[in-house]
Amino acid sequence: MTDSHSHVAHQFDDLAQQQDASNLGMWAFLATEVLFFGGMFAAYAVYRTLYYDAFVAGSQHMDVLLGAINTAVLLLSSLTVALGVHEVKRGNNAGLTRYLLLTITLGLTFLVIKGFEYSHKYADGLIPGVHFTLDGPEHVGLYFILYFVMTGFHALHMIVGVGIMTAMVIMTRRGRFSPEYHNPIEVSGLYWHFVDIVWIFLYPLFYLIRVHP
Amino acid sequence: MTGGGFSRRIYYAVGITLLVLFLLTVGVAYIDLGALNIVVAMAIATFKTILVVLYFMHVRYSSRVTWVFVSASFFWLVILLVLTLSDYVTRGV
Repeated sequence: MTDSHSHVAHQFDDLAQQQDASNLGMWAFLATEVLFFGGMFAAYAVYRTLYYDAFVAGSQHMDVLLGAINTAVLLLSSLTVALGVHEVKRGNNAGLTRYLLLTITLGLTFLVIKGFEYSHKYADGLIPGVHFTLDGPEHVGLYFILYFVMTGFHALHMIVGVGIMTAMVIMTRRGRFSPEYHNPIEVSGLYWHFVDIVWIFLYPLFYLIRVHP
Repeated sequence: MTGGGFSRRIYYAVGITLLVLFLLTVGVAYIDLGALNIVVAMAIATFKTILVVLYFMHVRYSSRVTWVFVSASFFWLVILLVLTLSDYVTRGV
């Protein structure tokens, strides 16, 4: 038995098949995630269609700049993940660790900025059911409910992502990965990119409804 | 599968393209296009998604069955959104 075969679980013919299977499994999970977030995007689309003025009024309370910074932070973090996967395929585990730590830092930056935004919303009385004092058009609360539920679930996915990436750093330091075997890095990357994609849609939908004069 | 993937240059190129498209999203939002604002924003977001899926998520060189899974999740999302909205948009409330 050669060294590279020791990474192949007994149900697989070879490494390539094992790699394909783990990627496919992650995509099956991501398909359920697409529909999980999809339901909320559908709710957003329906209520935005019905109560457009309320959505415009609600979105005037968003911090476009903080949202923009967070978008850039997440796009950069996707790049660092992709570069990390690239390094492990070439056996550069030090490079992988560096990119994973960079990714975690960017992820935490996103969460801290989001935390500031949430606390501003609380101070301004914009959290339905908790502290809501906005005297806007009818149904303006719906905009904020969707905002907190959708960005909240997104932030929860970010927290999970940071946890997964931390586990990947520990596994990398224990020498688990090599150019032959790095499925966990690859599928963790898929998850991270998916969470990034969700934000790619959340940002224009909540922050940029009507910013033009 | 050892090695494989794209070159480092391609990842940087995709990353920079994503950032440029993001700036474009913000810029276009400040121009009054009426009902077209949302259409442009969603078109750019969809294009960014395609870039991330094909390059960062390596679907461009993934197996055919992965393509089927990716397309299926997109297809069901379209059913969810289009059929739901076709109801609400045509009710004339």
